[in-house]
Amino acid sequence: MRKTIIASVALLLASSTAAFADASDGKVKIGILNDQSGVYANFGGKYSYEAAKMAVEDYGGKVLGVPVEVVTADHQNKADVASNIARQWYDTEQVDSIMELTSSSVGLAVQALSKEKKKITINTGAATTELTGKQCSPYGFHWAYDTHALAVGTGGALVKQGGDSWFFLTADYAFGYSLEENTGNYVKENGGTVVGSVRHPLATTDYSSFLLQAQSSGAKVIGLANAGLDTANSIKQAAEFGIVAGGQRLAALLFTLAEVHGLGLEAAQGLTLTEGFYWNRTPETAEFGKRFLERTGAMPNMVHAGTYSAVTQYLKAIEKAGSDDADAVSKALHEMPVSDIFTDNGKVAANGRMIHDMYLMQVKKPGESDIPWDYYTVLATIPGDQAFIDPAKSGCDLVKQ
Amino acid sequence: MMMIFGIPLQAFLGQLLIGLINGSFYALLSLGLAVIFGLLRVINFAHGAQYMLGAFAALLLLSYLGINYWVALIIAPLLVGLFGAIVERTMLSRLYKLDPLYGLLFTFGLALTIEGTFRYLYGAAGQPYSVPPALAGGTNLGFMFLPIYRGWVVVVSLVACIGTWLLIEKTRLGAYLRAATEDTVLVQAFGINVPLLLTLTYGLGSALAAFAGVLAAPIYQVSPLMGTNIIIVVFAVVVVGGMGSIMGAIVTGYMLGIAEGLTKVFYPEASNIVIFVIMAVVLLLRPAGLFGKDA
Repeated sequence: MRKTIIASVALLLASSTAAFADASDGKVKIGILNDQSGVYANFGGKYSYEAAKMAVEDYGGKVLGVPVEVVTADHQNKADVASNIARQWYDTEQVDSIMELTSSSVGLAVQALSKEKKKITINTGAATTELTGKQCSPYGFHWAYDTHALAVGTGGALVKQGGDSWFFLTADYAFGYSLEENTGNYVKENGGTVVGSVRHPLATTDYSSFLLQAQSSGAKVIGLANAGLDTANSIKQAAEFGIVAGGQRLAALLFTLAEVHGLGLEAAQGLTLTEGFYWNRTPETAEFGKRFLERTGAMPNMVHAGTYSAVTQYLKAIEKAGSDDADAVSKALHEMPVSDIFTDNGKVAANGRMIHDMYLMQVKKPGESDIPWDYYTVLATIPGDQAFIDPAKSGCDLVKQ
Repeated sequence: MMMIFGIPLQAFLGQLLIGLINGSFYALLSLGLAVIFGLLRVINFAHGAQYMLGAFAALLLLSYLGINYWVALIIAPLLVGLFGAIVERTMLSRLYKLDPLYGLLFTFGLALTIEGTFRYLYGAAGQPYSVPPALAGGTNLGFMFLPIYRGWVVVVSLVACIGTWLLIEKTRLGAYLRAATEDTVLVQAFGINVPLLLTLTYGLGSALAAFAGVLAAPIYQVSPLMGTNIIIVVFAVVVVGGMGSIMGAIVTGYMLGIAEGLTKVFYPEASNIVIFVIMAVVLLLRPAGLFGKDA
């Protein structure tokens, strides 16, 4: 008995001294901070937390010989709540990095705080290009998608089909502005016009007033610069007011598998949308998708798969750097190519943007979809360097402009 | 083209009508709240959850038992009303003798529990519920395209509001109810079962919320959050109308719906606060509310 105790104490001492050399406090702790109860709860939510845990398990649960822990919290889409949680995590709970960070206002606030605290953030849930633009950070990374990629993908496809006049229905905060601006610019550069826009508060339930304004604008395309439940409700109510039947087209600029599932194929059919991931694209993505489905009851969208990828790459970077020190890990993240179920040709630019291919999808008709969750036809692949802003033109001062 | 306040007359009429449609939901919900508050003196924070339960009942009846919208419109409120009656009998009735704050805290906790359970079971994104075929489509009114279903909502909610008002103000049962709130002991002395009346009232209030929920199901996603999103506005409506004033709740519901609708045209960013601004102004000028009796 005594021997066992001595042995285990010795073992503990040995493992903790080994940890001192590598990970600062004997473990690597990753925080998944996102909306778990509001309009974006299915867009990211607890599914992203599961994706992160899955990534850690697939990695073996340890890095540099120390355990990896994932913690999570609900920020309720409020930047102040998110900042307080992040501060608490960093100051008292030894969290090494925060990921997911759905909602642009939250993403920007937490990235700024993390820059100050020298901690890594990898954003997979928020959309604004500001994260890797003027407000970029040497410790901030933007992973799954951004408003520019959505503008080029969905906006580009509709402009090509003759949608040259646009009216925007925009969520009234950082994300909506960024998405409207990026898409509007893209439309104008390609010879189209923006005839107007209306901004609605986040989590509005009734869009009929706004839709009526969009309808009377006479624009050929109504760009929905909102997300999550807001977009699902906009689409549903647009159908009700005969907007699509009247010849106007809807552009759901940020719409993922989770919302298609919630809305149902009957209402979502024919929508063109852009995502960075689709489970039924290759055998590898399908295998991942099925494992995720078994675990969570839902197929992953680009935010969930992106979170899996971000966590995996972060652990690889710690391994490469031989430490969880933010400067060393950040350097490794910038240098390493990304190749996993999310992307096979990803690279991280100097502004923190992970550049990878995006996919233009069309939602299937109810009759075309024979297996559950098989909702998309992949129309085109958008190469990474077209989908994302050239880092040299991003406005980020970490890149030579 | 004729202009009103700088926007074309047609667009103005369209927005007015939309305001009326949203006002219908506000009116129905604030009516239930006003009935419960007026007769039980309970601030029913679970009202939003009961509205959500109504929508979910319709959805579940359809998907598990194949019961269509029309039947659900009757059954769902009955089920939720029964649930409300059970809650009142077994739990809420124990709190009448305590400070009104306890009733508020209890219903608030109940709302969180119900919503949390549904979020756990069904996720937050919500589920679709289709418009019944007989009410699908829309008609062109000249100034706007009116979905038939929305027109139906206005008509039905008006009928329900007036019906409830008549029930409470003009029938014998209503007279008992009103008398019971004035002087419980005296009414009981006349041999009237007051606790039963109160249970019925809470059940009726819950059923009204559920009725609004079924009406809302085809318009919005059926989501565990739908109640939370609307309940705060409804409370503002009740406060503006005058706590406990039934006619006040109905009229204010429609009025504020219209005010909100017009704000969405003139200054959309403010559309979710305009009701609260009105509430603040009304409280400053008439603390008892527009239709409230001065306490």
